[in-house]
Amino acid sequence: MESEYKLLSGAMVTLALATATLVVLPYMQLDNVPPSPGLKPYTEQQLRGREVYIAMGCLYCHSQQPRSQSQAPDFERGWGRAPVAGDYYYDHPHLLGTSRTGPDLFNIGARQPSVDWNLGHLYEPRAYTPGSIMPAFPFMFDLKDKAEPGDKVVNLPPSYAPPGKVVVAKQEALDLVDYLVNLNHTYPVDPGAQLPQLSPEQAAKDGVKQ
Amino acid sequence: MDTVTVLLLTFILSVTGLFVFIWSLRRSMFDDNPEAAKVIFSTGEIGHVEDPSATPEQRAGLQQVVIDSGKAVIDPSLAQQLKEELAERLEADRSTSYVCFIFLACAIVWLIAASTFGLISSIKLHDPEFLTQYAWLTFGRTRTLHLNMVAYGWCPMAAFGVAIWTLPRLLKTPLIGGRFALLGCVLWNAGLIAGLGAIAAGINDGLEWLEIPWQVSILIVLGGALIALPLVFTLRNRRVQHIYVSIWYMGAALFWFPVLYLVGKVPGVHFGVEQATMNWWFGHNVLGLYYTPIALGSIYYFLPKIIGRPIQSYNMSLIGFWALAFFYGQVGGHHLVGGPVPHWLVTLSIVQSMMMIIPVLAFSVNQHLTMKGHFKTTYYSPTLRFILLGAMMYTLSSFEGSFEALRSVSTVAHFTHFTVAHAHLGLYAFFTLTMFGAIYFVMPRIMSWEWPHPKLIIVHFWLVALGFAIYFVSLSIGGWLQGLDMLDPAKPFMDSVRVTLPYLEGRSVGGALMTLGHLVFAVHFVLMALRYGTKRVGPALLHKHRLPEQQAIAGA
Repeated sequence: MESEYKLLSGAMVTLALATATLVVLPYMQLDNVPPSPGLKPYTEQQLRGREVYIAMGCLYCHSQQPRSQSQAPDFERGWGRAPVAGDYYYDHPHLLGTSRTGPDLFNIGARQPSVDWNLGHLYEPRAYTPGSIMPAFPFMFDLKDKAEPGDKVVNLPPSYAPPGKVVVAKQEALDLVDYLVNLNHTYPVDPGAQLPQLSPEQAAKDGVKQ
Repeated sequence: MDTVTVLLLTFILSVTGLFVFIWSLRRSMFDDNPEAAKVIFSTGEIGHVEDPSATPEQRAGLQQVVIDSGKAVIDPSLAQQLKEELAERLEADRSTSYVCFIFLACAIVWLIAASTFGLISSIKLHDPEFLTQYAWLTFGRTRTLHLNMVAYGWCPMAAFGVAIWTLPRLLKTPLIGGRFALLGCVLWNAGLIAGLGAIAAGINDGLEWLEIPWQVSILIVLGGALIALPLVFTLRNRRVQHIYVSIWYMGAALFWFPVLYLVGKVPGVHFGVEQATMNWWFGHNVLGLYYTPIALGSIYYFLPKIIGRPIQSYNMSLIGFWALAFFYGQVGGHHLVGGPVPHWLVTLSIVQSMMMIIPVLAFSVNQHLTMKGHFKTTYYSPTLRFILLGAMMYTLSSFEGSFEALRSVSTVAHFTHFTVAHAHLGLYAFFTLTMFGAIYFVMPRIMSWEWPHPKLIIVHFWLVALGFAIYFVSLSIGGWLQGLDMLDPAKPFMDSVRVTLPYLEGRSVGGALMTLGHLVFAVHFVLMALRYGTKRVGPALLHKHRLPEQQAIAGA
């Protein structure tokens, strides 16, 4: 090859082709997708919690995209139906995730709606899930001798509670848990209409199986 | 426009484009031994081995193997002209030495930092109570710091250093505009340090591979563009007619990267699921259209150069390059198999992933035929050992990647540690090993000094080769078992976690060996920079010029 112009123009044409298919076409196709009916916008606190989720890197171990029943038993695990583009209407940035070192969290709010469970689990995951390899987040909590008015005290199993101290959740932990318990996309959507809906009994059962 | 139309259209466009390009370059395409393949050699140099990292004994052995193979014919009548041209090459080498040294020194610093954070993250996965007291040391951040130090520290710094050193040699002209590259280097590293600090503090854009806040990324884009400038200036002043295949790869990569990064980081455009497709368009292309071409370009240069023999089929490399350019760009969607994205996009990416077998075969067969009858050279050449293993790992990782894109395989492997093992096969076993080899070749020319302890090169090689073998095998097995457990609805999720534990520990062992190898490499690099050890005599011509001003940098 003797012409650098041919090289560079060729290189740019190929990249343009790739960008057209993987960025521009999806942009055009998905631009007008409305939010799924039943999807609520995030509240202020949930958005703050979402920021904590990103800052702590939760997305590197937890996906937010259950796979369809034809592909994987995600639904049977209680992770929910296969999502559609409209479910992510309010997500900036997207948090689909690429790893399941931990379980999918797209419907964690339906599985574990308890604020106390989630707070305690963040403070010490192994107090609730033996063998878990999730990091503990002790820096998101204060250890105090006595709870002050307005403090959210975390109720830990006695063997995991620090002796003589109370564990109080900091604001970032409260925000994160508020985001998590509201991650709930169990409402029905059109393309998934043929899929059975997650019943509360099954959610409870699968929650235990977790 | 329905799905099938879009799919067919893109596919036909890619394939037609590929043929149009190859057709447009058809001149002297069917020559048996085109001139272009010989551009990397000076007149009469074919048949002469070159490995600056080899000891005199190794070099003699290396030369003997090449002579014994019977394919190299040295023409003594050209000796005088060779001597003159080598002097010119020395000039080209000297013009890049300062700039390259800075890039490579930065690369080594990032390599050590990245290995440390990689190892910490690895230990955390089987020992979750390790270092949990501070937010910046939580797994989500150490892992991200590791990735960004590798992706924007070690890899690009090594790639830029090697590319800037190779270009003037291939274009037979001194480097022009090296100052721009230095300024770019400063901006890039400043941006990277600021970006890493932001990630450690919990400020990031939340997209894998694109975490560095976009405000800081401006520095990196500017730096990258400045670093590409000397390429343009040097190309315009070239004294050769043929642009050698290494330059296509490196030149295209240096232009692809700023575009990729700019589109990926432009704020306020991407949304929801579309952002996910963009995310993996970027995540895969930064590997395929940036690191891969630079390492391939290096292999196309160093492998034939070391054994003194032009590449077997120059035309095959042409097909390999354009096929890579046309197919690789569209494979990123396979990261979203089973996700909430348009199905045509995933299908397209799977098809193009399989099409990638074409350029990979073209490359692998070509390198194999070039090496044929010369495999014993790896015994004597420390550089070639790294480069050849790296080239083989490119073949392996590309084939693995193509099959991993298939729905059936992806259903098991996606979301597991198997993918992590695959990523390291590409970026470590292929890219990093190739860069190690290239640095061993380049540094003696930059410093006009031989590696002080040749045994350390051997230690380095075996530590990283063994460490990576342990890393890759255990993580691949562990990841696959994890995927199988996750697909079995009868098993609770925790089974898929427990099954990985011994393999995660194995990964830490492998990672520790690799890190140790990097420390050996870094120590050796510093010793050389400080000019420790005895100055052994290599080919006289190449050591006539000592660069006294280098002493100053070396001390810094």
